[in-house]
Amino acid sequence: MWPTILIASGAAYGLKLLGYVVPEKWLDTPFARRITVLIPIALLSALIGLWTLVSGSQITFDARVPGVLAALVALLLRAPFLVVIIVAAAVTAGVRTLGWLP
Amino acid sequence: MKGTDPRRAIIGDALAIGIGTGAYGISFGALAVASGLSVWQTQALSLLMFTGASQFALIAVIASGGSALVAISTATLIGTRNTFYSVAMAPILRVRGLRRLLAAQWTIDESTGMAVGHEDRRDAARLAFWSTAIAIYVLWNLGTLLGAVGAGFIEDPNMFGLDAAAPAAFLALIWPRLTSWPMRWVAIVSLGTAVVLAPFLSAGLPVLLAGAAGIAVGLVLGARAPEVER
Repeated sequence: MWPTILIASGAAYGLKLLGYVVPEKWLDTPFARRITVLIPIALLSALIGLWTLVSGSQITFDARVPGVLAALVALLLRAPFLVVIIVAAAVTAGVRTLGWLP
Repeated sequence: MKGTDPRRAIIGDALAIGIGTGAYGISFGALAVASGLSVWQTQALSLLMFTGASQFALIAVIASGGSALVAISTATLIGTRNTFYSVAMAPILRVRGLRRLLAAQWTIDESTGMAVGHEDRRDAARLAFWSTAIAIYVLWNLGTLLGAVGAGFIEDPNMFGLDAAAPAAFLALIWPRLTSWPMRWVAIVSLGTAVVLAPFLSAGLPVLLAGAAGIAVGLVLGARAPEVER
């Protein structure tokens, strides 16, 4: 686990430092900007799907689904970040406690 | 000279952002420990990697049983946006030596967003950057420690719905960007592809392939970010 943490942290730092040491025009191209905006959206969305609908290597429908849907509703109602997370956790915990979904 | 008021307002904003991030750090700490990391490993991520979305992605891949290579690639790809933040910050901060090394570590979504918000005045932009960076670094790490240590006292974190907190946090993180339909399609296609591929591929690969599919869709549809980068 430690090598993974240290290598990934080193890479993250390298990416941050790069913009300070390399001339601006090398990195600041329109195409690079578009790709960089898309990367986090695409990767995080993929992770949302996996963390909501997949367990191990199986597609599942459990108490996480109503939790994340509740988070979506909270976001539509412009709830602040922390409220969104608490709502999701509370709904999932509630559904689980009531035994409606695993 | 009425120099103190705007400065105080900037520092106040920085503290508010720091407190929000600190609360978010608690959920990171708890989830990282629930994913199998030790308290020290969790803390190392917040101290050394210090870029929230990548940290969450790393533990997400580890929790789903993905290989180290996939975990590192996913976290690193998500961190590429920080390079563009540092490109934007370099002419504002004009730092050299040790301060440059420090500025680099603290160049993240929030510090850049705050600085860019005060771009018209360089001294205000610098204050916004440094105060936000320090507030977030301190409180994010305190939050992480609290969550990581606290998780040890809880027998089954899923009982508290913590497993739904992570995807909810991701959703909240990308939410401000989902203002146009092309961008929403990027999210929908990535999410759907990852889920559909999950039963057939080893853990971690669905993330990278789904990410590639989403990026391709975004390029075809011409998805763009809303005005300010943050």
